[in-house]
Amino acid sequence: MIEFPIERGAIMMFARSINDPNPIYWDAAYAESSAVGHIIAPPTFVVSIAKFDPSFPLRPTIGEPWVGSGREPSGRPPQESGSGLAAEQHFEYFRHFEPGEVLTATSRTGETWQREGRRGGTLTFVERITDFRDAQGAVVVTARSVSVRTSKRIEIG
Amino acid sequence: MALRLSTLALGQTFEEVVVENLTRTQMVQYAGASGDFFPLHSDEVYATRAAGYPTVFAHGMLIMGLTSRMVTDVVGDARLTRFGGRFLTQVWPGDTLTSRAEVVEIVNSPDTPCVRLTVTTVNQDDVAVFAGEATALIDR
Repeated sequence: MIEFPIERGAIMMFARSINDPNPIYWDAAYAESSAVGHIIAPPTFVVSIAKFDPSFPLRPTIGEPWVGSGREPSGRPPQESGSGLAAEQHFEYFRHFEPGEVLTATSRTGETWQREGRRGGTLTFVERITDFRDAQGAVVVTARSVSVRTSKRIEIG
Repeated sequence: MALRLSTLALGQTFEEVVVENLTRTQMVQYAGASGDFFPLHSDEVYATRAAGYPTVFAHGMLIMGLTSRMVTDVVGDARLTRFGGRFLTQVWPGDTLTSRAEVVEIVNSPDTPCVRLTVTTVNQDDVAVFAGEATALIDR
């Protein structure tokens, strides 16, 4: 289980990063006078729970070599197989939460399947389902992601 | 502004340019906002010389995030009940993306009328990079 504090500044920066100028994501006065009544987060914001995942592999870990470039093009030996990339993402929304809430997330692995890639190599798909709950224990968002791992170079972004 | 049951029609379409000339800086901005620093999306030296790509390419979730702007512009704030899709091909720096939605179902339920949309995002060559669906509550 991971705690995910919903922060106003984080929502504002997330909205900027996806080119969305809607004031419902950053302007408290506007949001309070709107039909919604409070700041909300963009539909894909919950993926930023990655920041609070202590073992998230796609950011540098202090004191450990990072796969990205430094003096050399990569700080780690190349991996035997490609890394997992996003193939699908689905969200179900039950309530639109607001800054100041602290959600808790629990994840489970769903199905796993394989198929041959268009340009050769085996693609392995892994489904992961995450429930985000509020302080009352109610599920507010469910996220289902499918990532793909390739035995050759990655062909899906 | 939410959609209204009385003014919606099957087959109705919506379209919005969600990014023009995607920059590497925006991809870095998304890396920071999302927490996903996988170097294929921001580190040109790694992407070209270690991984063998022509350049860096966008996070799938950046494409979906850009697409979500069109969706929420269409359905209104806090109206979405479902949003999902597949990442079909890579998006590169310099790409211009247009997101489109089409009304495929209108549910005239007494309590919770809603609309189902197919959602597609294409690049400047009209190649689909993301395809999915969204469902949203609408007003009567």
